[in-house]
Amino acid sequence: MARLARIALSPEELDRYAQQLAAVLEHAAQVAAAPTAGVPPTAHPFALVNVLRDDEPRPSLDPAVVLAEAPAAEDGRFKVPPILGEAP
Amino acid sequence: MTPAGWEAVIGLEVHCELRTRTKLFCGCRNEFGAPPNTHVCPVCLGLPGSLPVLNRQAVELAMRIGLALGCRIEPSVFHRKNYFYPDMPKDYQISQYDEPICVEGALTLPDGSRVGIVRAHLEEDTGKTSHIGESGRIHGAGYALVDYNRAGVPLVEIVSAPDIRSAQQARAYVAELRGVLVATGASDGRMEEGSLRVDANVSVRRAGSDVLGTRCEVKNLNSLRSLVRALEHEVARQVGLLEAGQPVVQETRHFDEDRGVTVALRSKEEAFDYRYFPEPDLVALAPEPAWREAVAASQPPLPAARRQALAELFGAARLEGPRAEQAETVLELGLDALVRAAAEAGVDPALALARTANEAAAQAEAARQVDPGAYVALLRMEQEGRLSATQAKTVLAELLQHGGDPADIAERLGLVGLDRGALASVVAEVVAAHPEEWSRFCAGEEKLAGFFTGQVMRRTRGQADGKLVAAELATRRAAEAGAP
Amino acid sequence: MSLAPTASAIAAAVRSGEVRASEVLEGCLEAIDQVEGQLGCFVTLTPELARAQAEAVDAQVAAGAPLGPLAGVPVAVKDNLCTAGVPTTCSSRILASWRPPYDATAVARLVAAGAVVVGKTNLDEFAMGSSTETSAFGPTRNPYDPSRVPGGSSGGSAAVVAAGAVPLALGTDTGGSIRQPAALCGVVGLKPTYGAVSRYGLIAFASSLDQVGPLAQTVEDAAALLDAIAGHDPMDSTSLPEGVLPCHRALDRGVAGLRIGLVRELVEAEGIEPGVRRRVEDAAEALAAAGATVEPVSVPELALGLPAYYLIAPAEASSNLARYDGVRYGLRVDGADVEEMQARTRAAGFGPEVKRRILLGTYALSAGYYDAYYAQAQRVRTLIVRAFERAYEQADLLLGATTPTTAFPLGAKVEDPLAMYLSDVFTIPTNLAGHPALSVPFGTDDAGLPVGVQLLAPALAEPSLVAAGAVLERSAPALPPPPVAASWRLGVPR
Ligand SMILES: [Mg+2]
Ligand SMILES: [Zn+2]
Repeated sequence: MARLARIALSPEELDRYAQQLAAVLEHAAQVAAAPTAGVPPTAHPFALVNVLRDDEPRPSLDPAVVLAEAPAAEDGRFKVPPILGEAP
Repeated sequence: MTPAGWEAVIGLEVHCELRTRTKLFCGCRNEFGAPPNTHVCPVCLGLPGSLPVLNRQAVELAMRIGLALGCRIEPSVFHRKNYFYPDMPKDYQISQYDEPICVEGALTLPDGSRVGIVRAHLEEDTGKTSHIGESGRIHGAGYALVDYNRAGVPLVEIVSAPDIRSAQQARAYVAELRGVLVATGASDGRMEEGSLRVDANVSVRRAGSDVLGTRCEVKNLNSLRSLVRALEHEVARQVGLLEAGQPVVQETRHFDEDRGVTVALRSKEEAFDYRYFPEPDLVALAPEPAWREAVAASQPPLPAARRQALAELFGAARLEGPRAEQAETVLELGLDALVRAAAEAGVDPALALARTANEAAAQAEAARQVDPGAYVALLRMEQEGRLSATQAKTVLAELLQHGGDPADIAERLGLVGLDRGALASVVAEVVAAHPEEWSRFCAGEEKLAGFFTGQVMRRTRGQADGKLVAAELATRRAAEAGAP
Repeated sequence: MSLAPTASAIAAAVRSGEVRASEVLEGCLEAIDQVEGQLGCFVTLTPELARAQAEAVDAQVAAGAPLGPLAGVPVAVKDNLCTAGVPTTCSSRILASWRPPYDATAVARLVAAGAVVVGKTNLDEFAMGSSTETSAFGPTRNPYDPSRVPGGSSGGSAAVVAAGAVPLALGTDTGGSIRQPAALCGVVGLKPTYGAVSRYGLIAFASSLDQVGPLAQTVEDAAALLDAIAGHDPMDSTSLPEGVLPCHRALDRGVAGLRIGLVRELVEAEGIEPGVRRRVEDAAEALAAAGATVEPVSVPELALGLPAYYLIAPAEASSNLARYDGVRYGLRVDGADVEEMQARTRAAGFGPEVKRRILLGTYALSAGYYDAYYAQAQRVRTLIVRAFERAYEQADLLLGATTPTTAFPLGAKVEDPLAMYLSDVFTIPTNLAGHPALSVPFGTDDAGLPVGVQLLAPALAEPSLVAAGAVLERSAPALPPPPVAASWRLGVPR
């Protein structure tokens, strides 16, 4: 999980979180036991549909403002350490 | 070529960048080639607090694609596909998962074969990463730079069934699909700019078997040429492994253009967990029937129908040989309407197709802008002998470059063709001046036709039409032979 | 009774020219100064920005130009709402120095209504918590007892209003983060219908639950603030097209003829303090005395709210917080390659509670567990929605406690996540249903700590909440001023 979540954790942290998560998941067992046969899931409180925007350009940000927040930048682009793999 | 005794089983995933004015979820311009990070805003940069709002035109183009491929347009839901990668601003991609907008269609290729379409769904593109360092590739790069102009550009991902059986058929499928995408206005079809990107799922099996082999996914097939090269290599590689008694390992492979081989990227044994879940920032998409019908009613003619229409000009069900190739050229370049217009105005369809597939196609961009009336008028002048073939080509070049009326252009350039009567008298003069050569020609010395044509050309300063000269010579000889 | 000038009093005085917005602001800044050292309500104060906004209001008054309904009213904004050019941190190290290039819609609407933004208030990191102790910048303290928590996650907003230093504040409520601190600090907190207020510029915790809303000294002020920020926003796809009716008109409507259900599960639950329960029963009597029909109702499904919430909210959060990866903005801790950089950045940038929830959410969404956890929690969400539907066939409004307990001591629950989560057990079901709810102070427990009672309503029934809330407010036992309180008045004597 820590790798999927991309967080570097020490062995002590992993231990502690594992215990705490186990407690929360035990509590969550009530959810598993709930009578939900044939019940559809609710992802949204209200079932809106087709919220659409016209294909009209709006102003973009000034690249200087965008890059001012970058931890590192070069040639108008965001600079990062070497990327070792392709996207999964 | 697939090695004898083996059959390739190929399914393609084609990512098509949609030709909208703005991105999928924000108002930034969807435009190739701008300076880095100039087409970005809080939404497409994934800034905290920003929210996506769906572009109506992207939905409409997705529907157009689906309808063109015979798909059903279904109510759909956007999901988040979660994975970390620096070119993805939110570290998740908004895509469609188990409820895509277009499902179950098919594409019929020019040779009549049919490739099933499993689905076509909407999703957002990622930014662009450049690996900086000695090699300029992923391996050995010192660092990377990221430009998010492309992030959030609308894509439709079209997933074919594993119905493709060879690299050549894969090529034909992508070429035909590209034609469909361009015809619907969904894509500019520019593979070299990344407008269409292809991934292939490839496996092989013994010919006649209906068991599916272990498949590999080959990425980075960004031209028709690399598609064919990569697939031929991958099929041969898998056959080689199996013939040597080794298993094919399920994995993702990357096509190395320079070496012409596919190389393993990572093993799929450790399948990546994308943790898909419904995108809570967007609502369901269910294009109402009226919208769907309006889109269907305004679909432009698709390549298959247009191909058929060209064949019909020749009174054929299907064109063959060089004529079929010419037809594909004009279809691909979107110039077939010019051919049809000319033929309908009485121009010989063979002449119309040839001029369009050769001279007009060489300047396709200009040819798409040309006034069809002027184009047709020019072909008529050539057909009626008012311009020689050479003259017609000169006028066409001028017409494509600057427009105008072909008759005016011809006159301005001093290209006045000889009418049939004037040509006949020039031929008569030449024959009279060279009686000995004429009798040898009449006796069957065919190469003297060139001599007489040259003489005619000299006297007319090149204004005569070579084909008409040849015809006139033949007529004259036949007349003499018939009158003792 | 309010300690400090109310928003409505300030707006009236500024409108009539009795006092200038700039004078109000200076009084407010001084009041903040009196309590901030003891309470730690703010992450960032914005006096310069506020002065410019106040002067703009004064210029409008001088020119006789039309004024917004909140003209000259100082407001505090929870630091998970974007403010252009002003640091917006979510009380996290990972965003400690981030300045957004844009304003959240709610903030922009406040300013358009004439409000003056005095600063950004402290919260639990990324709004994940119920005590404002998980802030990377230290806890906020409860004005009624600085050794106790103000609740959370909108603890800074609740405490600064409770201390009488700022009349109005914006909070956000994902599982009770407006109502629970309002209850623990003795102020009014309203969580609007999901989609009633735009989420654009609200830094997401759990997108399908998050909602922006007011914390105020009075129900009237809360209604005024909601009226100013509510309404459709084309930048938020989940923004409701119809919008909430104006609430201020409902203030004097009363409760005569309303059917109010006293929810057994929000009163008799295990772990509820007797002092809290007594106050809820008193509130029920007060509503009955004002002409409402109060009947007990039972909604057993509410017990499923907490466990469902602790799957859904972390799942969405794990995805929402993926973007803090050291690439485009915020903290970066270097690494040999991008993956290492990101893992180190996130390890250093997030606190323990945020990490816990990201891990939990990642787990709930992962391939083998999605159906058992996330999808199942969403089905349970449907059960809760249906249960509310049934309850609202019998009642116009529901009544219960806002929280099982009054303010607890700092440090009491930080090491026991489950115990901490239980403090939101009464507020969470509303978020899952997307409904509005209001917490109104209703006296104290025996220790003199404020108690909040909660009114729940169906979607878009905010006006009814306001009407009933105003009745409760009028009939509530007097709340003594907190020991840590600012003292200020409108600049000019009447
Ligand atoms: Mg895809
Ligand atoms: Zn954008």
